[in-house]
Amino acid sequence: MSRRQLIVIAILLAVAFALPFVVSPYRTFQFTLVIIYAIALLGLNILTGFNGQFSLGHGAFYAIGAYCTAILIDQAGFPYWATLPISGAVCLAFGFLFGLPALRLEGLYLALATFALGVSLPQLLKYKAIEKWTGGVQGIVIAKPEAPFGLPLKPDQWLYFFCLVVAIVLFFVAWNLLRGRVGRALVAIRDQHIAAEAMGINNAIYKSLTFGVSAMYTGIAGSLSAISIQFVAPDSFNIFLSIIFLVGIVIGGIASISGAIYGALFIQFVPNIADEISKAAPWAIFGIFLIAFVYLMPYGIAGGIRIVLAWWAQKRQNS
Amino acid sequence: MDAFLHQILAGLATGGIYASLALALVMIYQSTHLVNFAQGEMAMFATYIAWALINAAGMPYWAAFFLTVAFAFVFGVVVERVIIRPVESASVLAVVVVFIALLVILNSVTGWIFTYTMKTFDSPFPKGLGLGVYMSPHEVGTILVTLVVLVLLYAFFRYTPLGLAMRAAAQNPDSARLVGIRVGWMLALGWGFAAAIGAVAGMMVAPIVYLDPNMMGSVLLYAFAAALVGGIDNPWGAVFGGFLVGVLENILGAYVIGHELKLAVALVIIVGVLTVKPSGLFGKVLVTRV
Repeated sequence: MSRRQLIVIAILLAVAFALPFVVSPYRTFQFTLVIIYAIALLGLNILTGFNGQFSLGHGAFYAIGAYCTAILIDQAGFPYWATLPISGAVCLAFGFLFGLPALRLEGLYLALATFALGVSLPQLLKYKAIEKWTGGVQGIVIAKPEAPFGLPLKPDQWLYFFCLVVAIVLFFVAWNLLRGRVGRALVAIRDQHIAAEAMGINNAIYKSLTFGVSAMYTGIAGSLSAISIQFVAPDSFNIFLSIIFLVGIVIGGIASISGAIYGALFIQFVPNIADEISKAAPWAIFGIFLIAFVYLMPYGIAGGIRIVLAWWAQKRQNS
Repeated sequence: MDAFLHQILAGLATGGIYASLALALVMIYQSTHLVNFAQGEMAMFATYIAWALINAAGMPYWAAFFLTVAFAFVFGVVVERVIIRPVESASVLAVVVVFIALLVILNSVTGWIFTYTMKTFDSPFPKGLGLGVYMSPHEVGTILVTLVVLVLLYAFFRYTPLGLAMRAAAQNPDSARLVGIRVGWMLALGWGFAAAIGAVAGMMVAPIVYLDPNMMGSVLLYAFAAALVGGIDNPWGAVFGGFLVGVLENILGAYVIGHELKLAVALVIIVGVLTVKPSGLFGKVLVTRV
């Protein structure tokens, strides 16, 4: 990383850590959700943006993560922080297993299969045989965590910091993963899978593992959402949740790590503004933005910023 | 036994609806190799138009029916020309995103105009059409309408010059263009027909599931399953798949897994067919040259 990038990141982190002391508790909660969405979007972006595999059903992994956490807290009395590695591992396994049949599907067909998963998900979660654990239609309510070690923080502030630290770790890991050998392999598979295979990249292992890692990220985001909202129910994991993730990565920027953050800010705050017009307005706006971005800014906000920076650097060089 | 027979016949009736929507999907797939994720919402939107024509404008049912089909046709053509055309040769991701965008726009705009409360949509078929305990009038009517649509489509594609031109444009766009067929407009017409068939499916399913902006979600899923079982590039396969999925769904729902897991049937069929036999029962096996 260049020195300028390090400075920008340091400033961003300083702002992120100062935020909950400046804004109202409700805004803090909203920013907590932004962090959670950013993790989920990063997961989907690793799969769709970097590896070229579609998922219109990533809400499924978000739901698995959320339910894992809720059930562990509710039934087994786990502390909330201890559920994250477990739900991450469970989602990794589920994602890997779903990635195996997905190996045989390309482009459109994978989109179709995952779309089917996304649409049928609420029904699967309401299934009678697992009602004992999932609470059926009613869902599960869990308690709000308090700040530990006697820290002088309100619960909302503590949750924000908890999610922020998890997010920083996950973003750092993803950045490290994607800038090296593994990242190049993923992009090679996306752009030319036959050439990648010929260069000795094991497509099958890489693709299904990517599905697993992507599901793990989204699953951990789901866990964090269960902890921060203190509630899970089947109908909040409908197809529109999966579509919202798609909106996030397209608008934030395909195949971009920072795009996850822009996308998360967009899907959290734009509906809030649009809600005042009509209950249906946020989705109409999402749809219009989706089409507009595909036509005008195919690399999303992150791509737009890249272009502006490049133009600026060029201009400085010339003068 | 009577109950079992009833389940099969009722399955055939909903199967007819799935078959229509699957046919709409196949029409678009054949000419553009795209799967239209917004097909269900387009049908839903058209059904709302029909509802408005009947209940707000006070039109008789069949007048509203045909007017809606005509509207859906024009709507399909316009959507192709304005929204799909610019991304035709773009990446798969761009196309899927545009379809999803169309889906959410139609869904929210309908919710905006007509609100999200459920509405009843009366069946137009007279009581005398029913077959006693075996089939309700609406079920018989649905099957009849499906068959009429099929015969009309077959006749159109088989016996009219325009139908021939559309088939040519779908099968071999380059050669078709060389003999003077306007391929772009043929694709747009294909979208129009698909939207019109979808509108018929929507109006047939509305009396069963009630009218609500999310009503086509599960129907679309079954239509996907139907199109895939039959082979997504084969119209006859799609129709067969539709009836098969309808019957399967009904029997499994009634006797094996219960009603609350019905959608899982579609999920299993879709993932199963795609992984085991992606070309479906009657589809062409695709061989790509590297």
